[in-house]
Amino acid sequence: MAESSVIIAGFGGQGLLFAGKVLAYGGLLEERQVSWLPSYGPEMRGGTANCNVILSDDPIGSPIVTHPSVLIVMNAPSLDKYESTVIPGGKIFVDSTLINRKVEREDVDVFYIPATQMASDMNAAGLANMILLGAVLRETACIKDETLPDALHHVIPARKADLFDVNMKAVQAGRDYKE
Amino acid sequence: MSEKVMMKGNEAIAEAAILAGLRHYFGYPITPQTEVAAYMAKKMPKIGGTFLQAESEIAAINMVYGVAATGKPAMTSSSSPGIALKCEGISYLAGCDLPALIVNVQRGGPGLGGIQPSQSDYYLATRGPGHGDFHVLVFAPASVQEMADLTGRAMHLAWKYRMPAMLLADGTLGQMMEPVVLPEPSNAYGEDNPWATTGTQMKRPHNIVNSLELAPETLEKNNIARFERYRKIEETEPLWEEYLMDDAEICIVSYGITARISRNAIVEARKQGIKVGMIRPITLWPFPKEPLAAAADKVRSFLCVEINMGQMKDDLELAIKCRKPVDLCYRVGGMIPTPDEVLEHIKKLAEGEE
Repeated sequence: MAESSVIIAGFGGQGLLFAGKVLAYGGLLEERQVSWLPSYGPEMRGGTANCNVILSDDPIGSPIVTHPSVLIVMNAPSLDKYESTVIPGGKIFVDSTLINRKVEREDVDVFYIPATQMASDMNAAGLANMILLGAVLRETACIKDETLPDALHHVIPARKADLFDVNMKAVQAGRDYKE
Repeated sequence: MSEKVMMKGNEAIAEAAILAGLRHYFGYPITPQTEVAAYMAKKMPKIGGTFLQAESEIAAINMVYGVAATGKPAMTSSSSPGIALKCEGISYLAGCDLPALIVNVQRGGPGLGGIQPSQSDYYLATRGPGHGDFHVLVFAPASVQEMADLTGRAMHLAWKYRMPAMLLADGTLGQMMEPVVLPEPSNAYGEDNPWATTGTQMKRPHNIVNSLELAPETLEKNNIARFERYRKIEETEPLWEEYLMDDAEICIVSYGITARISRNAIVEARKQGIKVGMIRPITLWPFPKEPLAAAADKVRSFLCVEINMGQMKDDLELAIKCRKPVDLCYRVGGMIPTPDEVLEHIKKLAEGEE
């Protein structure tokens, strides 16, 4: 399978690192090469934050993603910052509840998902990240459908195990969403 | 134990140290290494070990000094400004010929600097971090797996040669997660510590751990004996990895995170027909002089890739006795060169050589 290099970016607290961990664990369970790199520092407490994930069949050099094949953005500054870095033919997933503008690039596939609104409607505020992830999995298959539950079990901490079902539901909502 | 798990580099260091027999950790929080202490705080009470958050970095290193004198593995971790504070204690450990593990997850400096990754403590680590004539073993991991593997090795060699060892990582490696196969449990220190101050039971003369020696003749003798040990280490313990060096005309020399970035640039440059390879030092002291000197016979030039102002470049030029030109590709202050920046540098060198 082709290498997936992913940037997930938005505000601290939106679950960007968590969504990245789900992808990374999925890659691990599929016995691929994996790296996960968070931004760290004060931005994790509310500023702009991001997470880089690489899934590959070859040893991974730089864990820093400079040319993502997949970009997930959950705030406008992140779209401004990363839009130009996506490889031609790459895919951009936009939380259209939080980002009003359209993507200007014409050489990429763009998916607008009102993820934050959807999460709120399904009484799962805070799971916009997983709704977006659902759309990513549908469009890229960067981890297999059957890997997802196992990956989620690894990433959800034991004390929050009861949140597994609602996470799965959010992923499914993202998968089913049609513009 | 052979199952792959996802861990942050900082957590892998902590778990690997425990698996190698460490039960005494002393620290003081500082970004970007706090996960080491957090992991120890969670784990040590469950396995009968000691986790202690000291009142300062200086206190923490002196607690390490105390445990080390008893012949038990002891460890502290910090990031650049905190390591500077520990230097007095590291010098005392070296002066007393005691083993200990010091982890430095580097950030940008000088002063308080920033909290983003850097390799700007290369000089500090490799020239003997403290006053007096001494060295510490310095290991530069480039992956989470190596952070786990080199932690045990650093502890073992520290004990074997009775000297402090430093694991020199950076903020990126500390924070990133990768799959890691954790090492089997071991006892990095072995059983034979006849020098340890553990009580005589009235059966042997006292062991004395002390770095004070007022007789110049004796102090000179001690220093020379220590450097004889260092010479042996320089012969037997250098570690490095070579990547695509067989036909290389340009040799990148880089360690840690920048070696990972250089690898991407090398793959791209090779696609464009440029013969470039890499020698990656894994130990920074002892520095792997021998493979670099051998490479100097074959390659046209070297490119040092670091996130400091070129600190390793000095060691590289000494190792190759300035026989070939050495160029430098760097970013500092928490910035990291992209693979594209390294590639541009490689291309410039390749064009210059035609």
